[in-house]
Amino acid sequence: MHIQVNNASLYCYTGGKAFDAAKPTVVMIHGVLNDHSVWILQSRYLASHGWNVLALDLPGHCRSGGAPATSVEQAAHWVIALLDAAGVAKAALIGHSFGSLVALEAAARAPERVSQLVLVGCAYPMLVSPALIDASLNDPTRALEMVNVFSRSTLAPPPSALGPGTWIFGASMALGRHVLASNKNANLFHTGFVACDSYRNGEAAIEQVSCPTLFVLGEVDQMTPPKAAKNLVAKARHAKVVMLPGGHHQMTETPEAMLQALVDFLDPALGETTA
Amino acid sequence: MPGYADPGFDTLALHAGATPDATGARAVPIHLTTSFVFESSEHAASLFNLERAGHVYSRISNPTNAVLEQRISALEGGVGAISVASGQAALHLSIATLMGAGSHIVASTALYGGSHNLLHYTLRRFGIDTTFVKPGDLDAWRAAVRPTTKLFFGETVGNPGLDVLNTPEVSAIAHDNGVPLLVDSTLTSPWLVKPFTQGADLVYHSATKFLSGHGTVIGGLVVDGGSFDWDASGKFPELSEPYAGFHNMVFTEEATVGAFLLRARREGLRDFGACLSPHSAWLILQGIETLSLRMERHMRNTQRVVEFLGQHPLVSRVGHPLLESHPDHALAQKLLPRGAGSVFSFDIKGSRAQGQAFVETLKVFSHLANVGDCRSLVIHPASTTHFRMDDEALAKGGIGQGTIRLSIGLEEADDLLDDLKRALRAAERAGA
Repeated sequence: MHIQVNNASLYCYTGGKAFDAAKPTVVMIHGVLNDHSVWILQSRYLASHGWNVLALDLPGHCRSGGAPATSVEQAAHWVIALLDAAGVAKAALIGHSFGSLVALEAAARAPERVSQLVLVGCAYPMLVSPALIDASLNDPTRALEMVNVFSRSTLAPPPSALGPGTWIFGASMALGRHVLASNKNANLFHTGFVACDSYRNGEAAIEQVSCPTLFVLGEVDQMTPPKAAKNLVAKARHAKVVMLPGGHHQMTETPEAMLQALVDFLDPALGETTA
Repeated sequence: MPGYADPGFDTLALHAGATPDATGARAVPIHLTTSFVFESSEHAASLFNLERAGHVYSRISNPTNAVLEQRISALEGGVGAISVASGQAALHLSIATLMGAGSHIVASTALYGGSHNLLHYTLRRFGIDTTFVKPGDLDAWRAAVRPTTKLFFGETVGNPGLDVLNTPEVSAIAHDNGVPLLVDSTLTSPWLVKPFTQGADLVYHSATKFLSGHGTVIGGLVVDGGSFDWDASGKFPELSEPYAGFHNMVFTEEATVGAFLLRARREGLRDFGACLSPHSAWLILQGIETLSLRMERHMRNTQRVVEFLGQHPLVSRVGHPLLESHPDHALAQKLLPRGAGSVFSFDIKGSRAQGQAFVETLKVFSHLANVGDCRSLVIHPASTTHFRMDDEALAKGGIGQGTIRLSIGLEEADDLLDDLKRALRAAERAGA
């Protein structure tokens, strides 16, 4: 569905079910050069198990209009505005990578609007090497290869978003190319990496978060190594950590463990309906 | 397997898609089972609704087949693949997923006879029309496009004249018209060319040939490159509009890349049912593990045979792009630097009877209807693989009555040359 937010039409995938004001809502926020489709399995599951799902394409990405956020704070503002526009008083926020910082910042800015927070593949600070930032601007294809090599943890991923026979590395490369091509006015790769690299409010933000927080980290994640989340975990008031046996493609390389972590943590009773 | 570099071709050919399972088995196990036990009713419902990924029934997916699908995807650089019962099933699945009655295809004239039959005769009965164009005639590709055109289709090297498909140019014309390019890469395999890097959108193989490599199994694979924008094209409601036949799913919303695969598996395998046996998948995997070793030898032997035939007085033409006389010599050097395959044709000077004597005298070469075996093969296309085509269609495909097709295997090259010398002498005597 499309929702008008800040004069832009934002696309939200709803997991194959229509938005129902009587259900609690979960918002899923993707990372750099991704879109809603990285959450397909998890979003379809949650939508069929008592939740409204709003898996958005961030502004300026793929099916969403608007200008891309140039900072984590800007993106967080969009997420809160999305809740307003959808008439959602309170939602669970789930973010991956850059999206985890966006979810964290949104939960800090509007703690009363967030019932539960899930940070997948999260690190703070989320520093990006100068070489990679430069490559994202000047040689995006090479940068995309680097990111996907660092993100991959196995040459034998289990059945995933497109079903058995999916080659996650190729799918991630193709998605990156697609997202990059979806905006002719901005380099979403470079913009996203700069936003990750320059975010400085993480530790202050986690102290503002009042809801239960789940960290879902990949044991061999080379993009956001588990140790890089240590400070946030230590400062979180109600933190739970689940380590998945994989890398940075948590939703696609370890989909079953990822789902189990969400199912064990998310409690629809904590979410408020909009009815 | 974290690493700082993308694994090379040979490593992927051995490892992509497979890792030792709970039993510790190092080789890929063959999962000969029709179906898979659900953990609970809830688990079953989740699998059917695509909330969780897993195997339900081997017509739709199977763990052994999934290894093969991941492996060919890795080697081609695709997002995923679907294994099917044959190369023809792969072609049919590709077409049936993308269109229905009233649609139109632009295809190369230089096609395997079975593919030509499907397009020219069978699919017309189902309301799908095809215009055939010379693969090298770019203006003809452009001119053949109609408002109903849904697909461009060609072979990387056309059977049996080895017309080299100008994939970059033909795909550009296809994309300008909002349609994808499907390429049959059976005769090249990903070791010789990765068509996605040249602009193709979908690639399929008769895995019966070089991928399996030993003449033991029939199978097909279709791989999605994930680059074609089905939404932007506006020509594929099959993928971009709700499908009542499967949860009202809009495949392009579910899968920003790979929507084709989603529908091809969920509809095509479910309804048409041309699935691959896990045992066959395993045999193809065995072949792929040595693909690069075999292809290297195929190319080396082919060079020896082409050079020999090119200088033989009884041979009027050798149709291999290795030779400067081949019209696509320069294009092959550019697009196929490792070689243009080991299946090619040549013409014997003389009568059809002399051609027959040649084929029947060969001892190392086997007279049969296949290519891409580890053993060398020979056939007379006009009377076998292309026998349904009239003279005009044969000529369009570059095939004459005296054309002989060879598939060069992995034997000692000297033994192949001796066999050919003996058979050419017999052909000469038959004309005396």
